[in-house]
Formats: sequence, structure tokens, C-alpha cells
Amino acid sequence: MGVTDKQQPVLQMSGIHKHFPGVKALTNVSFRLFPGEVHALMGENGAGKSTLIKVLTGVYSIDQGTVELEQKAIRIGSPMDAQQAGISTVYQEVNLCPNLSVAENIYIGREPRRFGRIVWNEMNRNAEQLLKRRMNLEIDVTLPLHHYSVAVQQLIAIARAISISAKVLILDEPTSSLDRGEVLQLFAVMSRLKSEGLAILFVTHFLDQVYEISDRITILRSGELIGEYRASELPRIDLVSKMIGKELHLLEELPKEAKSANEGKEPFLQATALGKKGSIEPVDMAIMKGEIVGLAGLLGSGRTELARLIFAADKADSGEVLIEGAKGGVHSPRQAIDNAIAFCSENRKLEGIIDDLTVRENIILALQASKGWFQTISKKRQIEIADEYIKALNINPPNPEHLIKNLSGGNQQKVLLARWLLTRPKLLILDEPTRGIDIGAKAEIQKLVLSLAREGMSVLFISSELEEVLRVSDRIVVLRDRHKVQEMQGEELSQSNVMKAIAGG
Amino acid sequence: MVKHHLFWPVAVLAALLLFNFIYSPDFFSIIVRNGNLYGSLIDILNFGSPLIIVALGMTLVIALGGIDLSVGSVVAIAGAISCLLISKGTDQSAWSLVLMAIGVSIAVAIVLGLWNGVLVSIFGMQPIIATLILMVAGRGVAQLIADGQIITVSSKTYNYLGAGSLAMLPFSIFIVAAMFILVSLLTRRTALGLYIESIGCKPTASRLAGIRSRTVMLAVYMFCGLCAGIAGLILSSNVSSADGNNAGLWYELDAILAVVIGGTSLNGGRFSVTGTLIGALIIQTLTTTIYMTGVPPEITLVVKAFVVLVVCLVQSESFRKAIVARWKTRHYPAEREVKQHV
Repeated sequence: MGVTDKQQPVLQMSGIHKHFPGVKALTNVSFRLFPGEVHALMGENGAGKSTLIKVLTGVYSIDQGTVELEQKAIRIGSPMDAQQAGISTVYQEVNLCPNLSVAENIYIGREPRRFGRIVWNEMNRNAEQLLKRRMNLEIDVTLPLHHYSVAVQQLIAIARAISISAKVLILDEPTSSLDRGEVLQLFAVMSRLKSEGLAILFVTHFLDQVYEISDRITILRSGELIGEYRASELPRIDLVSKMIGKELHLLEELPKEAKSANEGKEPFLQATALGKKGSIEPVDMAIMKGEIVGLAGLLGSGRTELARLIFAADKADSGEVLIEGAKGGVHSPRQAIDNAIAFCSENRKLEGIIDDLTVRENIILALQASKGWFQTISKKRQIEIADEYIKALNINPPNPEHLIKNLSGGNQQKVLLARWLLTRPKLLILDEPTRGIDIGAKAEIQKLVLSLAREGMSVLFISSELEEVLRVSDRIVVLRDRHKVQEMQGEELSQSNVMKAIAGG
Repeated sequence: MVKHHLFWPVAVLAALLLFNFIYSPDFFSIIVRNGNLYGSLIDILNFGSPLIIVALGMTLVIALGGIDLSVGSVVAIAGAISCLLISKGTDQSAWSLVLMAIGVSIAVAIVLGLWNGVLVSIFGMQPIIATLILMVAGRGVAQLIADGQIITVSSKTYNYLGAGSLAMLPFSIFIVAAMFILVSLLTRRTALGLYIESIGCKPTASRLAGIRSRTVMLAVYMFCGLCAGIAGLILSSNVSSADGNNAGLWYELDAILAVVIGGTSLNGGRFSVTGTLIGALIIQTLTTTIYMTGVPPEITLVVKAFVVLVVCLVQSESFRKAIVARWKTRHYPAEREVKQHV
């Protein structure tokens, strides 16, 4: 692209410092963004990416440093300031109103009015044109937002953002719940906006995508600036090692040991015709002791739904589940836990962490729940347990009394893993355990899964990253459009085979 | 120290007491009369005891993310039942009769709590609506029980509950102490406190972590009913009568206020039993102060509302920050602003 060093940056941040009690979130960080570029902000969890973005969007105020927009120093005191200055953000989770119409979502708070009344026709027409012209999206804007897929909602959120102000657009993990086709659609829109001169700050954990769309890369590590690079001049392996801070081939080095055959193994769980109307068609499936079963399929193929039925997070309306050959079934999460099943939900924020509680309390929660009211774990023992897991899983900051909401996503995920490992499960269900977390933590979690299985734990592993599913699984169950379509193991396990099964036809 | 969650409640209480001391220096004096202690402080504890007990139950409900508007009505019903039963007896002071009356009314109060709990946890009603039903209907029930009359009893035994004294102190203070210890033990020595905070903060995540949230909710609403019942007994025994119309009127609001002033968020989650105790004392002290300073009765509620507003603002962190920011910018030299950005 036409980014030259002679050009003036549209956004320049210099010498930014930001401290939180006990944490130096940003230390002397500088960052610049040019018009007409896609700039990837990279770093592990806790590197300071989120903090930097929150500074830009006015959520946090800085302790020291300057922010200049078009060579003018600005003070961003609130999200409103940011918006007025021309900095818009689209977050990982689309935060629009699902039951308002698309047009209302785009124009909420600034509806076209005449004599104090909203001019609906004009609003709908504007919304339609905006989406068509800038997003290449032709949809009915009078339908409620939840009518559309997450990908389309994402594009609508972007349309809203750029229609408010269009100098700097921040995309925070926009692709984490999109499938390949949707990602391409998003990238097409990004390229177009870029060519119109918009400066785009792009945060993602997917390395492929960084190289696919970005012009420049800025790397942060532990709150410090590591450097700014042209994407074309920074080999992938260098990027990873700069992010992690040491030469690491972690992901390649994972033991790709011979996956043991299942013959002679006893099943831990057998599900027959397990299903629920509207979410997953009846499925037969078994999970052996000490086996890692991967669930592969696109988003919405029924992966999560199946896992939730097994844990009884949702109630099945057909089928039967045998656990270690015994009938009786599982009718509530409580019963599932009593049967030594653990379930790490994909929705960490809503279904995982308890924000207001400490790391210690979050870790012991499931164990304490299964012990009942009166058999309490002494505080001393709780701290011992928490310390043990903080050490084993490398949770940062290593303080059991820290509130979990102040931890980074990867560390929250580790706390949740600790919560479940503490219950000594025989079957561990992991739904997207590595989503939105950095490579280092990802590798740690994958390694942990492999070693747990070696010790005899069964694991049901769900991930949108096919590569990851292939790496850890002994057997893969492929789902498509709410049906189980294929099961494969041993020799059959290859990226192309699974892809074919997922795609079907 | 300012960071401690009890700092502001304690500060407010201290400020109120200080005001009283300046206004009438003998506020703190306690004298011995007929072998009992008398004084304003004792009065505050004595008259505040029903409110404290109701607020203790309310704390747990609010920590669950719920609310219980029916406590005032339950107070009236419990008082009406026990007074009715005692008034029917031939020997109104008989221990067996009084104990039976107390037992029945407390059982009814617990059942009423269970009713709220069932509506909220099993039928999934919004707590504010579910308990509004009993708040409105309960007043009617209390009047039906009393047949629209004020029932008076003359039972020395029953009167002891709300007006007797033990070790020179009003007996109700011991009931408060017992309930406070009970709640503290229940929430901090068993896992109940953790469950409540967890459910109040994230119900879905708690269910997936294996907490039986229904059982916990039922138990908490029942406990709140129990607290309201005990408060009803103390109130009616103190005046030896039950007034279905006015007993416990607006108690729910004072109790909610006490909980919030004590530092427990209406959003649920973290709670502080000690905070609630202080919050209830603040409200009772405030009420006493208003009466003592001779505010005309027609504006006492306005004065109370104003003081409560100030108390809430002082406790609000964002409000304090805004004030401090204002103060600082007033003394902020314009030159510094310019230098920073150049």
C-alpha cells in the first residue's frame, strides 16, 4: 500500500504510561497509525494490547504521555470523546442491540428527525445505502439484528462505526467467531476502507490473518513496545519469538507421539441418539477412557450444542447416556459433576468466571459446590490449592487474592481449567479452551490436555482451529449442519480429510 | 483505610453520632434506672433491632441479585398471628401458649418466605414482582387475621420479647446479637456465603459450576421470611398489640436502604453483613436524631430523604472522584496543561 515514511501519521501516541495497582500495564509505549493502512497490534495476553486500545477509546486515562490525532494533541477522557475525535471501535463481542432493527442499530442516538419525530423511511434508506456502498452488503435493514449471523452483525457494527466518524477504526478480535468465508468478506471490506484512506488498527490472534491483511505490525510485550515492522519484512517465526520473548518453536515441538489405538479400551461415556430439537439431531457417540475426542465442524454445526447436552447444561429431548456402562443419565450440571464430568464453556465471560470473586474462590468453586454447604474447605487449604494450581498452570499474576476480572483472558481460562481439574474429572469437556488467548498459553493448554489424557482422563476437545483439533485428538467426530457426518481416527486423520468431511458434498 | 469497604458506613455513623453529641451533649449519657440501662444509644439499639434483623435477611436476598419487598407485610402477619393466638388463650402469660404462638407465627413467616422463593427460583419470576405480590396481599392477610381490628394482648411473658431486659440491657439486643452471629456463621463458616456471592454475580456460570442455585435461593428467601417474622414478634410484643395496617409499614424500604448503605450492591454478588448492621444503625440513628431535633413531623420524611441522599452520594466512588477532579482542576495552572502537550 501507499504507506511511506514521509506521510504524516493520523494517530501518534508517544511515551504512554499506564499503571494499575500492582501492575505496570504500559511503560513508555509509542504507537503510530497512518491513513490507508491496516496495522496489526500483536502481543501475548497481558502484553498491553487491551490497555492500549482502552486508552484510545477513552475507557482508561493515561498516567503520562501524549496522544496526537492529525498532529493535534488530544485528551480522550471518555468513549464519547474518542468517537467525536474520530476513533471508532468494534469489539470482539458485537455490542449492539439484538432486538432492534439493523437500521436502528446503525443510527441509534442520531436518528434523522423532522419536527422531533424520527423519519423512518430516510433512516432505512440511509442504512441500506451505507451497507451497500461501503460494506457491499445487501440486506433487509428493517429486520432485527439477531436475524443475521455474527459475521453480518460484525459488518453492521463496522458500518455504524465508520458512519459516525471515519479517521481511525479499531477492530478488536473481529474474526474470532467467523468462519473462513466470513473472514474473507470482512477482509474485502477492510481493504476497501483502507483504500478510501481509513486507518485501521487490527487486533487478532490468528497469525495467518495478520499476514493476509496487514501492512505493518506493532509488537508489545509485558507492557513495553518491542517494535514496529512492515509485515512483508517480518518473517512469521520472528514475529512469534518477539511476542513470546524467546526463541520458541513450541507449537512445532508438541509431542506428536503415536496416538494410541482404542482397541481394548473401555468406554467412559456412551451416548445413543442424544439430541435436542432445533439444536442438534440425534447423535451416537462414545468416549473411551484416556482418549481425546475432537469435535470438528463449522460454527453452528452443533459442536457446542452436543457438548452442552452431554454435560446437561441444556436438556436433551431424546437419547440416553451411559456413564461407565451405568444407566441413570445426567439431568443437570450438578449430576454431571457427580459423575466426574467437567465442562469448560466457550463463553468464558458469561458461563465461566465469577467476576467479583478472587482467583482462589473461582478455583475452589466447583469442588466446594460438590462438597455441599457444611463440608467446607478451610481457607488455609484453599490458599494451598490455589497456589498449587497457580504454579502448575503458570497463572499470572500469581496472587490467589486477585479478583479474576482483573486477569487477562488467557489467565482467566487457566483459572477455569484449574477449577475443573481440581474436581478430578474423568471426562473433561473443553469448548474452545484456547480462543482469544496467545500462542504461549495455547501451547501450554494443548500440552496439558495431552498429558492429562496420558494419565487416563478422557477429553472432549472443541475448537474452531482445525489444526489444533488435529494436533491433540486421537479421534475426530465431524459435525455438519447439526448432524454427525463422520468419525475418523488413526491414519485417516489429516487436515484434508477433515476439511472434506466438514465441507461435505 | 479509606479503601476498606466499611470505611464510609462507619464514617457516616460516626458523623451522625457526632452531630447528636454537639446538638445535645447528654446524648451519650447512659443512666441506671430500676436496675436497667437507659439512654439514647440504648434506645437506638432497642428500637433499631427489628430493622437490623429484617436487613440481615435482606442482605442475603440482595446478594443473590434478588430483592424482597414483602418483609413489611410479613412483619405484620407474624405479629397478628401471635397476638391473635395469645389473645384467645385463658391465661395469656402461660409459657406454653406464648411459645406455641411464637412457633406458629415463625413457621408461617418461613412458609411465606418459601412462597417468594418458589415464585422466584422455580417459576422464574422477577424478584421485584414476585415479592410485590406478597407485599400487597400480605397487608390484606394481616388485616383479615386481625379482623380489621388492632389486637391487644396482656401477656407479661410475650411482652418480655420486645420490652424485657436481661443483664441491664433490652432483651431485643440479645436477639439481634444471636441473629447476627447466626448469619455470620452461616455465610462464613459454611459454603453458603460463597454460593450466594457466586449466584448473585453470575447465575449461569454458578449453575455450570455445579451449585444448586434453586436450593440456595429457596433457603435464602425462607431465611429472609424468618427474619421478618422475628422482627414482627419483637415489634408486636414491644407494644403488646398487633396492627395489621401499620405494623412494619415501609420496613422493606428501610431494610433495602440499610443494606445498600452498608455497602452491598443491588446488583448482587459481594455482601457485607457487618456493613448492613452499620447501615441499619445509621438509619435508626437518623430517625432518632430527626425526632430529637424537633423537625416538624410533616417534613421528617423529606429531611430523612435528604440525609439519605447525601449519605449515598458520599459513598459513591464516582461522585467523590468527580468532586475531587473539580477541586483539582480549580488549582491546575493553565501553563502545565500547555506544556504537557507540546
